[in-house]
Amino acid sequence: MFYREAGQFKTSYAADMAIFPIRQDRIGLAVILLVAFVAIPAFGDQFFLNTMMIPFLILSLAAIGLNLLTGYTGLLSLGSAGFMGVGAYACYKLQTYFPHVNVLIWIVVSGLASSVVGVFFGLPSLRIKGFYLVVATLAAQFFLEWAFARVPWLYNYNDSGAIEVSTATLFGVPITGPNATPATRYLVTLTLVTALAWIASNIVHGRIGRMWMAVRDMDIAAELIGIRLLRAKLLAFAVSSFYIGVAGAMMVFLWFGSAEPEAFDINLSFQLLFIIIIGGLGSILGAFLGAVIIHLMPIGLRALPALLGVKVAAATVEHLTFMTTGALIIIVLIVEPHGLARLWQTTKRKLRVWPFPY
Amino acid sequence: MKSNIIKLGLGCALALALAAPAFAEDSLYVPLFTYRTGAFGGSGTPIADGMHDYLTMLNERDGGIGGVKLAIDECETGYDTKKGLECYDTVKPKNPVIINPWSTGITLALIPKASVDKTPILSMAYGLSAAAKGDIFPWVFNPPDTYWDGASTILKYLGGGSIDALKGKTIGYLYFDAAFGREALPFFQAEAANAGFDLKLYPVAPADMQNQSSKWLDVRRDKPDFLIMYGWGAMNAAAIKEAIKANFPMEKFVSIWWPGDADTTSAGDGAKGFKELNWHGAGSDYPAFADIKKLVIDAGKSQTQAGEFGGTLYDHGVYNSMLIAEAIATAQKITGKKVVDGVDVRRGLESLNLDDARLKAIGLTGFASPFKLTCADHNSHGALFVQQWDGAKWVKASAAISPASEKVQPLIDAAAKGYAEKNAGWPVRTEACDNKS
Repeated sequence: MFYREAGQFKTSYAADMAIFPIRQDRIGLAVILLVAFVAIPAFGDQFFLNTMMIPFLILSLAAIGLNLLTGYTGLLSLGSAGFMGVGAYACYKLQTYFPHVNVLIWIVVSGLASSVVGVFFGLPSLRIKGFYLVVATLAAQFFLEWAFARVPWLYNYNDSGAIEVSTATLFGVPITGPNATPATRYLVTLTLVTALAWIASNIVHGRIGRMWMAVRDMDIAAELIGIRLLRAKLLAFAVSSFYIGVAGAMMVFLWFGSAEPEAFDINLSFQLLFIIIIGGLGSILGAFLGAVIIHLMPIGLRALPALLGVKVAAATVEHLTFMTTGALIIIVLIVEPHGLARLWQTTKRKLRVWPFPY
Repeated sequence: MKSNIIKLGLGCALALALAAPAFAEDSLYVPLFTYRTGAFGGSGTPIADGMHDYLTMLNERDGGIGGVKLAIDECETGYDTKKGLECYDTVKPKNPVIINPWSTGITLALIPKASVDKTPILSMAYGLSAAAKGDIFPWVFNPPDTYWDGASTILKYLGGGSIDALKGKTIGYLYFDAAFGREALPFFQAEAANAGFDLKLYPVAPADMQNQSSKWLDVRRDKPDFLIMYGWGAMNAAAIKEAIKANFPMEKFVSIWWPGDADTTSAGDGAKGFKELNWHGAGSDYPAFADIKKLVIDAGKSQTQAGEFGGTLYDHGVYNSMLIAEAIATAQKITGKKVVDGVDVRRGLESLNLDDARLKAIGLTGFASPFKLTCADHNSHGALFVQQWDGAKWVKASAAISPASEKVQPLIDAAAKGYAEKNAGWPVRTEACDNKS
């Protein structure tokens, strides 16, 4: 009843092509941004910001990156954690060499390093597809993980083999390191994620996105209508790895504060893949929804027994969380195999005609 | 988009509800980071039980410490750094008096936070070796020995009292290829160059813990005179089994202090003769353990399984909790306050002095050796000994051996300095000192 576009007239082509053509959607988005930028940092406590929101945003950003490659271009990849690592280690090295340049610049620049590595490991995608490409990207994952542990130059010859983040400031306020407050780190993360998600949304709705989707749907047909596969696929690898690399740098600098190579193991790659499968392949919104299910839901489940006043041993809670999360993922996929983003689209369609469905 | 709003709202509500489970004013909040699940649960469970049982025993027997009850709270980390940070954020608002990360990875991530959040970190015989330097790491404590102390002690033991006697020998180093195992690497490499022995490295990736066959092929090929192991979780049991399969003489296989009874028992008779380093007595034949048995385990207030009680890892847990309890008691003595906080417990740790009289008073004579910490020395670098598995229990196989401090100390000094330099803006110590000597 309230979600209806009756009376909203479009008077220009631009308005007709808008990503959010319905006014209610635009209002909804504005409210979300307002809550995210004002209410959450104002009222969120350390646990909520550090453990829930910052990781949620960073995982969402990495999932957007993977979605550009897997969801939009149809190239399966299991190397995402490795590419996140490239971003993190690049940012670490750049910051040790040029400590006076603002770390935010390095976080974004380290995405370029990840891009280069991504393009290199993306080369086989011209010859192979599907599961065979998964194996090729798996090689990237293993090689990169090996390099993080075995190339001492990458971690500045630290005895522990881990990389540590020192304090960096923006306008005199610490944004990384132990002195940065959760709210500051959250705001920095949110700003970067919002900006990059907006750019990604524009890319996929524009010429490049259509090119990628053409390649995904049928690469021979795409080639016949004049899309150069080499460039399209490598561009997908480059842009996707850029996003994933930035997310990796943010993960270490704005979330962990230090990292061992194990932080970038294959489990993280799987986690990102599950996020986009559950959230919805080929959808920016899906990356966020998937991160809610994969990251936020287990935390909520873990807190549930304490909220209900039931005393359960910590290990049992962990087991229960594992089982419930697994069961819920299966249920979600049975109810909507195309992911939560499709579920939302269906809901939207139904809402527009409610209460008179046809 | 709307579902997003609902989810955010739910998230907010959840966070608010989580934020404030009220704790009684007159209790000391002691969170225990434990792991009873995952690939490392086998090692983590006895430790968790040991820590939990000793503190529970204090609550039952003495009504806590100095008359103040301990609020014991376990948080499951799964030996995963990410979850460890999550645990830290969960317990932080409840004002913990001390944090025991129980993972080198989590310790490394928490070290920079300790001084900002004013909560001391106790990483008992693990974590960053350089943290033994109290003037650079005022908030981090790693008694009674660092991994470098352990490494030097093993080498001294193998060389019959002197590392230089190992000249010309081949020594294999089988290690868990993460922060923990790599920590000892610089020491072994430096000593290999100094003493002139040949060091062979056998790194075991965490993913391959249970699949070490390829490393053992290398061991067979290289035929090292001695094999040193720094392993954790399922890696220890798998390595002992592989050693039996490879016919590697158990007498020449020495490990750091982490293999537990379950690791040797599961390998069967072949494990007889396996050696590991330790710093405290074995078994459960001490008055404090009798109290644990009577007041906690038999009273059904513990998750301890039969056979776990008195094992090496269980005893490590008890030792860890004994340190927590003594730090709190010392803090109460110094400050005169009953309800101490993290700042006080840090002072308590720096003034920790466990002498024979105190050990007798807490019923652990013969279990722990006397030691003390100072502002400059957060470790004590105490004497260690080698214990050997006789097929059913651990027996002492050597006299007390002191770590080669003259070799370890310069490395610790350099590493601590390096850490402070690499982390630009590392805070200069401003905390006052109660115990200079």
